[in-house]
Amino acid sequence: MNEPRSPGFVAKWKRWRKGSPELLRDLQCEALPHMHPDRRAKYGWEDRPKAPISAQDRKRLRSIYRSLAIVACSVIFLFFLATALTLPRVGDPDAPAMNEVVDRYLNDSMEETGVVNTVAGVILSYRAFDTLGEAHVLFSALAAVMILLETHAVTKRTKQERLLQRVVWGAQGDPIMQEVTRILFPAVALFGIYVIFNGHLSPGGGFSGGTVFGACLILHSIAFGDDETRRFFSERIFLIVKVSTLLVYSIVMFAFFFTGANGLPWAFPLGTVGNIFSSGHILLVNIVVGFEVACTMYGMYSMFERGHV
Amino acid sequence: MRPVFYNFPMVSIVLSLVCAVISSVLRGRAARTLSLFLCTAVAVLSACTLGYTVSCGEELTYVMGRFPAPWGNEIRFGIVEPLIALSFSIVLLLCIVGGKKQLQRDIDTGKANLYYVMIDLVQAALLTLSYTNDIFTAFVFVEICTISSSGLLMIRGLGRTTLASIRYLVFSLVGSGLFLIGCVLIYGVTGHLLMPFIKEQIAVLWATGQYRLPLLMIVGLITMGLAIKSGMWPFHFWMPDTYSYTTPASSGILSGLISKIYILLLLRFVFCVFGTEVFYATGIAAVLFVCGLAGMLFGSLRAIRENHIMRMLAFSSAAQIGYIYMGIGLSPALGVAAAVLHILCHAVTKPPLFLAAAELTDAAGGSARFADLQGAAYRAPMSAAVFLIGSLSMVGIPLLFGFITKFRFAAAAITGGGWMMLPALVMLAVSTVLNTMYLLRTVLRIYSTRLEPEEHGPAREAGEPPMAPEPVPHLHSGACFAGATGVFCALNVAFGVWSQPLWDLLVRGLQLL
Amino acid sequence: MLELLRSNYIECFAMFLYAVGLFTLILDKNLVKKIIGMDIMDSAVYLLLGSMGYIRGGKAPILTEGVETYVSPLPTGLVLTGIVVSVSVSALMMALAIRLYGKYHTLDIDEIYLLARRGEGENV
Repeated sequence: MNEPRSPGFVAKWKRWRKGSPELLRDLQCEALPHMHPDRRAKYGWEDRPKAPISAQDRKRLRSIYRSLAIVACSVIFLFFLATALTLPRVGDPDAPAMNEVVDRYLNDSMEETGVVNTVAGVILSYRAFDTLGEAHVLFSALAAVMILLETHAVTKRTKQERLLQRVVWGAQGDPIMQEVTRILFPAVALFGIYVIFNGHLSPGGGFSGGTVFGACLILHSIAFGDDETRRFFSERIFLIVKVSTLLVYSIVMFAFFFTGANGLPWAFPLGTVGNIFSSGHILLVNIVVGFEVACTMYGMYSMFERGHV
Repeated sequence: MRPVFYNFPMVSIVLSLVCAVISSVLRGRAARTLSLFLCTAVAVLSACTLGYTVSCGEELTYVMGRFPAPWGNEIRFGIVEPLIALSFSIVLLLCIVGGKKQLQRDIDTGKANLYYVMIDLVQAALLTLSYTNDIFTAFVFVEICTISSSGLLMIRGLGRTTLASIRYLVFSLVGSGLFLIGCVLIYGVTGHLLMPFIKEQIAVLWATGQYRLPLLMIVGLITMGLAIKSGMWPFHFWMPDTYSYTTPASSGILSGLISKIYILLLLRFVFCVFGTEVFYATGIAAVLFVCGLAGMLFGSLRAIRENHIMRMLAFSSAAQIGYIYMGIGLSPALGVAAAVLHILCHAVTKPPLFLAAAELTDAAGGSARFADLQGAAYRAPMSAAVFLIGSLSMVGIPLLFGFITKFRFAAAAITGGGWMMLPALVMLAVSTVLNTMYLLRTVLRIYSTRLEPEEHGPAREAGEPPMAPEPVPHLHSGACFAGATGVFCALNVAFGVWSQPLWDLLVRGLQLL
Repeated sequence: MLELLRSNYIECFAMFLYAVGLFTLILDKNLVKKIIGMDIMDSAVYLLLGSMGYIRGGKAPILTEGVETYVSPLPTGLVLTGIVVSVSVSALMMALAIRLYGKYHTLDIDEIYLLARRGEGENV
């Protein structure tokens, strides 16, 4: 779209600018009709079905299922309560859960894995296979959400359309939101990167830091609109980050398992405990997992919001 | 220095995960080729591993990481695990190949690569759940299996499919939740996550009587959780909708592989976490036995009343799962071996039935009702032949695989059954009769040449168009369908005639567990 | 028994939350409430798991000078994994709810089922 729709458009726009808020809706409808909030084309939604449902139909489904479910849940709850009372006491240092496994994790993990944060050592070094599975659970959920919600809508808009969108629609957000986001975005992003990089030294790690970073991307998208966010986080970057981080993770893990099972030496040096560049492969894995989680969080948000990244 | 075969299970798991990630950026055709390559590679790797473990005859553990158990993670493989991995990857490969025509029709081309991403993730989950030696890894990959199998289901965009998938997902997540809380209680009571250590601790706790109620709850929760996920009676209600409204390759994979891997995981827990003495001493085997019998009966009865061929096959699957649970409940040695043999038999028999039913539906002009399927055999002779062989195998005609498994069930009931012998034999006989009723009735219908009376409309006025349906042209089933179902039928007949080596292998393998 | 309740109150509360979540997941008609119920259920399990690692008087398992007892790091790591799994599953169910709403314009699962059965017919 290169120029306004009707000759009176510019005049109407000027009147709106001078102070006639009731003209806004007309301007919106005229300027960018495919952006109108009432569009039904979102996700292929269809017209509302016409036939109503009788109360009798509704009641029939519920009664037997409901009473059985109530009985089942009550029985389950009573058994669970009895079990909770017979479990080992919470806080007991002689509980079965405090055995030689935990002793080695607490006492030896600094020498063996180079971490200060023993939880990072546990999930990324001792029990690394579980974390590999977990990253792929996130990936599979994103793929499933894409199967359900992805629509390859036309997203290319000309510069004039983008300008008009920003003027007429107020860029999808209110000014308070935008000003605050301008201040918060660098702070949150920096915090997210800090949490990712310090996973082995303090509480944090790839998953939590990645969620913070993903949240800041989502904040930017909500405040400024997807066009602005796409200027630095386009679909191409999304795909590249998603695939390359998981591939690097899988290859590092493959090497880890292969060298571990066959008694070969491990290539990543452990370094000095307490430095940023220490703990071998844990820092690298934290970084890749962090960016993958950020990407996935933003990807899921985009799928829900508009059906494409 | 260990031989290179030792690394193959780990390689196959990581390879599946890597292929899944790469497929997400490829186009549909390239993703399909990658999945076919992956399934073949996994089959070859598992066959080599199987050959190696059969020749050395012992159970091997492979450390996943640089730290041994109980601090690190481990996988474990003897004879049964690579056998399951090999057979499941072959069935997965044949399902994708055989369902190619319907896949191309049902899936939106922009999303075709996502289907193959799900297939690769299912492959990874099947492998890990066979090989795992750790309960928390089992939970994580159970979730991967749930999400990716619902992805296989949702690929077809109909409203009915979306509803079926939310129902499937709710049931599946209730099962996962119970399984997870069982695993958490195991950790609380024993303090370990690796199976051999848990088994020692549970034996000690059972002998001393300490934490008796939590142990009983653990056994109950894990069994119920996995039973809900695999579709034991009375939790089979999600099955008909799930298997009927999706593409037939997915139906075959879901019914033949996904519901069975949870049963195999349950068996792994029985043998490697609880120990057979403790598990059978808790008495839950009797519950599984009774639910199995009820499933056999009610599944078959419901299948008889069905008017839609795919739903009938889905209820038939519920009945077959009843057989498997009956076998598990019977005895820890022969009964379980017969159950695992039946898992393999069902994996080889049910997917081609779904594929053939889809072809027959196409031949009948898109309608899956029995009234419209009459005479479909003459328009799609190959599919009808496949359906015939599959039905005969499910019924239990000698020379086919189904007969061998029924025979083994009967043998297990007679030799080790105790009070369960009589109900088991009676129900085997009754269900064979019921199976015949609905399967052979379908076969007769698709081969019949006589039109039913209601097919003729009321007397026609002159000049009105004819009431008979338009003649549907002879359906040309593709080479992929022919090849895949041919291999399935060949395997069926081969194992029907020559199953002794497989049986010996299974019995040996189960003794190692 | 009261003594047991006093020491294991976290675990009892976690079991209560689990029952609430299971009840909501199975029984509630609204799709979004089912998803919330599933979240509550998973959170209850992680509360249970987290409480198993606690030692009275222990500090967080970040190795620092001068601390004698630490809390066990293993359950915390398992909870990290579990939370990610729970988020993934919630996202998937939300996406399904959006699809169903777009098609049937209602979030009530009974209405959806009736509309589906009536609407599309049995010839799929």
